[in-house]
Amino acid sequence: MASSEGLTSNEYMQHHLQNLVYGKLPVGYERADGHIVEQAEWTFAHSPKEAVDMGFWAFNVDTLGWSIFLGLIFSFVFWRVAKKASTGVPTGLTNFIELCVDFVNTNVKEIFHAKNEVIAPLSLTIFCWVVLMNTMDLVPVDWLPLLAQTISGDPHLYFKVVPTTDPNITFGMSIGIFMLIIYYSIKMKGLGGFLGELTLHPFSSNNLFVKIMFMPFNFLLEGVSLIAKPISLALRLFGNLYAGELIFLLIAMLGWYQLPLHFVWAVFHILIVLLQAFVFMMLTIVYLSMAHEHH
Amino acid sequence: MNFNATLIGQTIAFAVFVIFCMKFVWPFLLQAMEERETRIADGLAAAEKGQLALTEAEAKKSEMLEESKQQAAEIISQGQKRHDELVEAAKDDARTEKEKILVAAQAEIDQERTQTREQLRSEVATLALSAAEQILMREVDRNAHNDVLTKISAEL
Repeated sequence: MASSEGLTSNEYMQHHLQNLVYGKLPVGYERADGHIVEQAEWTFAHSPKEAVDMGFWAFNVDTLGWSIFLGLIFSFVFWRVAKKASTGVPTGLTNFIELCVDFVNTNVKEIFHAKNEVIAPLSLTIFCWVVLMNTMDLVPVDWLPLLAQTISGDPHLYFKVVPTTDPNITFGMSIGIFMLIIYYSIKMKGLGGFLGELTLHPFSSNNLFVKIMFMPFNFLLEGVSLIAKPISLALRLFGNLYAGELIFLLIAMLGWYQLPLHFVWAVFHILIVLLQAFVFMMLTIVYLSMAHEHH
Repeated sequence: MNFNATLIGQTIAFAVFVIFCMKFVWPFLLQAMEERETRIADGLAAAEKGQLALTEAEAKKSEMLEESKQQAAEIISQGQKRHDELVEAAKDDARTEKEKILVAAQAEIDQERTQTREQLRSEVATLALSAAEQILMREVDRNAHNDVLTKISAEL
């Protein structure tokens, strides 16, 4: 593949790992082809440097698009099945969907003991959505980019297919979960209780002065462990899938040898696809369960 | 690692999908599944109950079978007895009848014998008389010797 497109392997890798970014370029910006931007404009980035220079207010159209598309597929399929759900004998797709629901429900019930209407559907959404996003990794790495390049008519179009190999996507989800953690911590324990949890543990004393002295240290420790939750959640998923994608890319550069190797790695990757989605879901449940518990 | 507004977009999409799932997917699926679970549990309980009833009926059946077997045996033995009795009675009847017939026959024979004897006697008397008449070669005067003749007749 790499040789047929006249790219070095390094360029091939970089091209595959670059998102299709849509953002605003300022006046006077010199684009990749040497063209100077005369009027501030929203456009697609033509080089990794342009993508970075677009700053925060830019969108990874490819990964975000796939992510939303897969989310819609999940929502639509489950909604269709839920609408038809009956107490009769389930068949085919209904059976499979109910298997997923039952699997998630069992895990939630095992870990999460407080009463909460959100946690179970949240877990189901996370699990199914992440599985779908991870599964995009099993599509041969060049197919969808080639398709996109053919449709758009731009042979150099950046197109990253697997949403979970984009840290924006994984962090986007973990930030949502982080907000829920804080929301439920405050809701269940009150603001004082939440702050107390952050500042009065793990070091505590009966002496008020010593207690106050310990506060900064406690806050540092607890704060780090609180912040570490969404970061580890997002980085774990991103790291696993990004590494998997890299290996797929390396295999794709081997010419005909890629066929058996791709198969072997894809089979192994199925495990990662499911396992990482499961881990993401389980940790979400655990974190939210911790947010509900009093110390 | 290039962070941009995709982060916000994904967070919003995440929230929307979760809320959709919470409102339109999860409750319906779970409700249907729980209802089915109850139905299955009820069905299983009913099946168990049926099984129990079946065992009971089975026991009752064998009990009744035993009882009817006993009754049948009783009826058969009663029949046997009755049969024997009937045969005995018939034999008795036959015996009585036989005796009756025998007695009647005997009586008839006796009567016939007596009759025959009477007849023979009178014939013998007649023969004797005629013999006597021939021996004497003369008419016996019946009127004169009537008392003698009657006496001889009686003796014969």
